[in-house]
Amino acid sequence: MALKTEHMVLNMGPQHPSTHGVLRLELEIEGELVRKVTPHLGYLHRCFEKHAEAMQYNQVVPYTDRLDYLASISNNLGYALAVEKLMGIEVPERVEYIRVIMSELQRIASHLVAIGSNGADIGALTPFLYLFRDREHILSIIEETCGARMLYNYIWVGGLSHDIHPDFVRKTKEFCNYFKPTIVELDNLLSYNKIFIERTANIGVLPVDTAINFGASGPTLRGSGIKFDLRRDDPYSIYDRFDFEIPVGKGLMGTVGDCWDRYYVRIREMEQSLRIIEQAIDHIPDGDVQSAIPKRIKPPKGTVYKRVENPRGELGYFIVSDGSVNPFRVKVRAPSFVNLEVLGELCKGYLVADIIAILGSIDIVLGEVDR
Amino acid sequence: MYQYFYDLTGNTILATLIVAVFPLVNVLIVALIGVYLERKVSAWIQDRVGPNRTGPFGLFQTVADFVKMLQKEDATAKDIDSKLYNIAPVLVFTGSFAAYAAIPFSSKLIGSEAEVGLFYVIAISSLVVGGILMAGWSSNNKYSLLGAMRSAAQIISYEIPTAIIVLSIVMLTGTLSLDKISNMQTAYFWNWNIFGGAEFGITKFLLIPFMIVGFIIIFISTLAEVNRTPFDIPEAESELVAGYFTEYCGMKWAMFMLSEYGNMFAVSAIVSILFFGGYHSPIGYLGNTLGIEWLIPFEQAFWFLAKGWFFILVQMWLRWTLPRLRVDQLMSLCWKYLIPYAFVNLIIIGVISLL
Amino acid sequence: MKSADDIFEILKKEFGDSILGIDKETPTEPIISVDPLQVYKVSKFLRENSDLQFDSLMCLSGVDDANGNKTNNADGDEIIEGGTFSVYYNLHSVSLKHKITIKVSTSRSEPKVESVENIWKSANWHEREAFDLLGIFFLNHPDLRRILMPYDWDEYTTEVSRHPLRKDYKNPEFYQGMKVPY
Repeated sequence: MALKTEHMVLNMGPQHPSTHGVLRLELEIEGELVRKVTPHLGYLHRCFEKHAEAMQYNQVVPYTDRLDYLASISNNLGYALAVEKLMGIEVPERVEYIRVIMSELQRIASHLVAIGSNGADIGALTPFLYLFRDREHILSIIEETCGARMLYNYIWVGGLSHDIHPDFVRKTKEFCNYFKPTIVELDNLLSYNKIFIERTANIGVLPVDTAINFGASGPTLRGSGIKFDLRRDDPYSIYDRFDFEIPVGKGLMGTVGDCWDRYYVRIREMEQSLRIIEQAIDHIPDGDVQSAIPKRIKPPKGTVYKRVENPRGELGYFIVSDGSVNPFRVKVRAPSFVNLEVLGELCKGYLVADIIAILGSIDIVLGEVDR
Repeated sequence: MYQYFYDLTGNTILATLIVAVFPLVNVLIVALIGVYLERKVSAWIQDRVGPNRTGPFGLFQTVADFVKMLQKEDATAKDIDSKLYNIAPVLVFTGSFAAYAAIPFSSKLIGSEAEVGLFYVIAISSLVVGGILMAGWSSNNKYSLLGAMRSAAQIISYEIPTAIIVLSIVMLTGTLSLDKISNMQTAYFWNWNIFGGAEFGITKFLLIPFMIVGFIIIFISTLAEVNRTPFDIPEAESELVAGYFTEYCGMKWAMFMLSEYGNMFAVSAIVSILFFGGYHSPIGYLGNTLGIEWLIPFEQAFWFLAKGWFFILVQMWLRWTLPRLRVDQLMSLCWKYLIPYAFVNLIIIGVISLL
Repeated sequence: MKSADDIFEILKKEFGDSILGIDKETPTEPIISVDPLQVYKVSKFLRENSDLQFDSLMCLSGVDDANGNKTNNADGDEIIEGGTFSVYYNLHSVSLKHKITIKVSTSRSEPKVESVENIWKSANWHEREAFDLLGIFFLNHPDLRRILMPYDWDEYTTEVSRHPLRKDYKNPEFYQGMKVPY
């Protein structure tokens, strides 16, 4: 007579040390093997889209900071670019250069958090603190520029909120020189560590077709081997003037598209961001950063969809305007929201410990998943 | 030592109690200093400062933590199995504390001079598995159950390489008593077992590489026995919150912590006795040169504690450097790599010791 | 790389009446309108045609057009009768690098749109969100339930408070015993 068995339902509940926020994962496990993963969202839903309909266009900018709170500048940039496209505003060159430099600094800071927490989930608690020490340098540069360490409200529609301070160029160059050996140290400590490779290689393999069909973007898509980057394929701002490479996952330690590849793409992207900053930092033209900010933002009737390359993927703003000073509808296409759908596909047949590694490599931020 | 106190007091129970107090004091001091040192060492490795407010250099931090834990409310969940829940920490602590009965701290400070000391230590530390399983099951919590299952599998598997390496030392020295094994490595450090043992000859030099391999295997296995990273899957903080002791608070949790640090010191002590000369000094005795006879046991106790603490520091260093292994990788490491190497080591040492 | 006009011509030739028109009065790119119950066939063609190859759905947004009449319902709350909901699909092609925007309009009282989840899996959660926040019902969706609001939101609310992004939404008084407006 056979024993009756059933799968155990384990709830990695909203409060958990390593689900990067309030995400509830319902796992059906059989011993240690996972059979099904169902994410439940909505614990951080703050009704951003409804609030945006009640405010004026320039009042929405601080609210966009809070979507992906680890990469606030990119959120501001996407919204500002969308409204500027709808209204047809041209911003001065100085504003463009500073926007690019701040975006790349923000990309490095966000990747540092992603890599650090990825390591911390796997058990390497020391690189997490080393990376946060390096992130302090970036945050202090940004704090001297706009006054805030995390939620900046810096990029406004038509310009910037503050001009850069006189020490900005010197401090950014110092940071670039300081950071290059740190990436080498990180490689030695974590990337080629045998235990880390055993934990992440051949885990959570994402084939390219599945990735494109699910709408994945950012390092999650590039880890599967396809060179698709919005800064190259759908250029915005002045990215077409800079020379940088797009790192992709090549399956160096396992299969193409596993967790190690996504982690590797993030590290190499930090190097490329340093390259862009070095190309831009010496050529900032003079000008006034607030000259193109309109007195009253009243776009014509119509719709616009503008996307930027957030550190986590493709962040898109779909704005519907009805000709008044309040937006009629602002829809945020959040990269983490779409990347999280892939989790259900990736987790079949792995152990419970691998789910944490896969979730860390997809790198979600609940603020933009739930908006 | 028991004999000495029995002669002093004339009462078996009183003598036993006094003899038992010495290792208890040692375990408490190890836990006290161990927690503080772990926080400071981890802070220095991670480029931070660590506790530095309570007392000079934060020295009273553990005392403050202990006082806080004593006055905590013993909140228990509703649907637990209370008999098992309450016995579990006692069993875990007993398993790790009872091993101290056979460990010699110096030539005069031995709990019991049993002839089968080593066998007794390996056997009694398996009580810990029962306690962990009870803790995981009675907590009525799926995370605790997962942690307890993993821990039971891990501890039972890693006792095998430990036992095999211990067996090879026993074959070499011909005795199971820890006191006699220490005494065979007396005088200077080149007489230690890791350098081939005390008898000078061709066998000594032949044994050195196999002794080093044996030391590495037993160090890794005992790391797994005490659930330290890279083998700390049962208490993996980022997956299972705290593993099998998630539902314990206050003094019961303190018992688990005490037993973890006690276990750490006990296995460091075993490793140092088997391979590094136990309580004998590497460079001769001050008491001998000065002619003061009663100084020698204190010096031996000092060297023993120094060696034990050195290995504890190495364990802490490893914890904050390496990521943790997944459960199936951990088990395959034990069964597919450590056990075959340990067996081969055993056979070769056996052959060499016949020469 | 095709322009919006070329794509419109190809679609009009293939589907005729299902394609309702192209709107070029917008300040940014043109928008092609499609019948809501034919959107599955059109999307399948868009993905599989070798000239078009739209293999990625960037964004799917539901919009409450609020172009009906403002009246009062039985409880005295102000609601909007009539009018339309719109669903906008932003597609792009990774291989051929062109983009297009498709718009679908459906009535406000019985909003029904065909689901494109079989074609682009990323539509799964986007459609769930449109259903949750606006009340647009997607036919043939495998798992249409609330995603951002709590799962028991319907039990504690009346019709006017079910879907938050509608223009006539009113906060419910109580949710699970807690007073909502404070």
